[in-house]
Amino acid sequence: MNVILDLKYVVLVEEDIGNLLRSSKIILHLAPWNEGQLSRPPVKNLSSFIKLAFSDGKLSHFKECIQKMLQERSWETVAVHPSILHHAPTTFRSGIVGIERRLQAKVENNSSNINIAFQDMQNLIDMAKDMVQLANVMSNKIKDRQGDISEDETVKFKSYLLSLGIDDPVTRNSCSSNDVFYHQLAKEIASFLLKAISDTGGLMAMSDAYCRVNRARGLELLSPEDFFKACNYMEKLNLPIICRKFDSGVLVLQLQSKTDSLLEKEVSRLLQSRDKLTALEVSQEFQISIVLAQERLYFMERNGLICRDDSVRGLVFYPNFFSSSA
Amino acid sequence: MRKRPGIGAIHKQRVEQERFRGKATELQDNVFEQMTNQMEKFRTNLETFASKHRNEIKKNPAFRKQFQDMCASIGVDPLASSKGFWSELLGVGDFYYEIAVQVIEVCLATSPRNGGLITLGELRQRLIKARGKAQHHQEISNDDIIRAIKKLKVLGPGFSIVSLKGTQDTSDILIRSIPGELSADHTEVLKAAEAQSFTSVKALKSTLNWDDVRCLQILNELLRDGVAWVDEQSSEKMYWFPSFFKPLMSEDEIALPPPN
Repeated sequence: MNVILDLKYVVLVEEDIGNLLRSSKIILHLAPWNEGQLSRPPVKNLSSFIKLAFSDGKLSHFKECIQKMLQERSWETVAVHPSILHHAPTTFRSGIVGIERRLQAKVENNSSNINIAFQDMQNLIDMAKDMVQLANVMSNKIKDRQGDISEDETVKFKSYLLSLGIDDPVTRNSCSSNDVFYHQLAKEIASFLLKAISDTGGLMAMSDAYCRVNRARGLELLSPEDFFKACNYMEKLNLPIICRKFDSGVLVLQLQSKTDSLLEKEVSRLLQSRDKLTALEVSQEFQISIVLAQERLYFMERNGLICRDDSVRGLVFYPNFFSSSA
Repeated sequence: MRKRPGIGAIHKQRVEQERFRGKATELQDNVFEQMTNQMEKFRTNLETFASKHRNEIKKNPAFRKQFQDMCASIGVDPLASSKGFWSELLGVGDFYYEIAVQVIEVCLATSPRNGGLITLGELRQRLIKARGKAQHHQEISNDDIIRAIKKLKVLGPGFSIVSLKGTQDTSDILIRSIPGELSADHTEVLKAAEAQSFTSVKALKSTLNWDDVRCLQILNELLRDGVAWVDEQSSEKMYWFPSFFKPLMSEDEIALPPPN
């Protein structure tokens, strides 16, 4: 005699791991029986699950099969008439299988697009590679100074390197009218930042300045390298702002008018009124970042104007009484 | 060419040299001409590529990474200049420079709390939040962020990437946004404290086998830099590292997508 259970009633498959005294079992949790279907004599349900026991180790295989069946839920797909199948190869399937198959088709379509994109990219890069090799040949010629390379050609060559993004030490430091771009940029940056730098006490960290300039531009942002190169031209162009590097390597933009001695006087005045200073206090007083405040204090320390007291409580600076009371 | 004595020989030598130089110039002219022609062709190709795949670059982090790797392999830096072809025609520049600006801003905002040391994971979450819903289809990957930060190095010693364990796990990569270097000892302490976001002298002694003085010295240095905070209310001093705190989620924050 066969006992039949429709799989559509199975809600969950669980394994009841056995022990020495009893074997493992499969538990099938069942949905409530659908009253409407009366294809067989109704059965009274006392509990909502059944347990299946297996002999000779077929449990795991059964578990796999039933889980696969439940995933596919093939009883939910609409049966398609064979003639329609013949004419329209893409059958409309309802249920989870249908959705899965449509998603799969979409993924395959996308991946073929990506493959084309990657192939195109490979071709492009191969061409760029040839360009790089040509550029190397050209660069070597310039280095060895073979033949007359006209000023014009060097300028053009530099612009090619810039366009391709090749860094070439041979032409990097030579001046050319290509730098017109950077000169222009330097002037723009200087005029844009003038007020802001004046407001922050005459000093601004490069990274801070970079942010402000790019935020203002909105589009066609500057690369950090472009920004750096432009700032390096400022002194040469006699702009009111110059780029400056502290001993620690920190890069700042500084107002030309705010000379070091002026900055020192300001901090000294503050120190006198407070007896001792931390970087935090300097930063708050002059509305500058902690890093810049620190740099100013280190600079004054190196010039012998102040002394440090370095402890776990922080770094505090005092006036240098050694030199003043000598 | 056998060296012959006499003025005649010198004269002949000079003529030969001139001829060679002339040839060299000719060759070099050819190279330059070649390059000019190639540049035009390349530019056209790039324009075509851009019109077809520009969106892919913006939307697909894997595609972007592949692109960057390929450029690097041939010695080309697509992010070097905003005037470069890559930036102008493909728009890669704006994408990365914008990330760079946002990284600076996030680090500036969080450095009072974590002393300028932030995990890559937290940085990425904050960037995604800062970029807003309008850009949600422009997914940024950890690779994108690291490339943007590498470009920032030219602006000074501020930004550096510290890898705690050499893995690609985003909580093991820290971004330092203030100048100054972390010594090997500092990194060891950070590694030890990472799992629970805190440590103590006793814990360090047993994990790293250091003596009291060394533990205390390094912890004090981290404390002074603002990277560690001390809690003196427990039975022994606990040193906490806000860099490793999971960012607090407020109620109206949407769930963030999992990192790559």
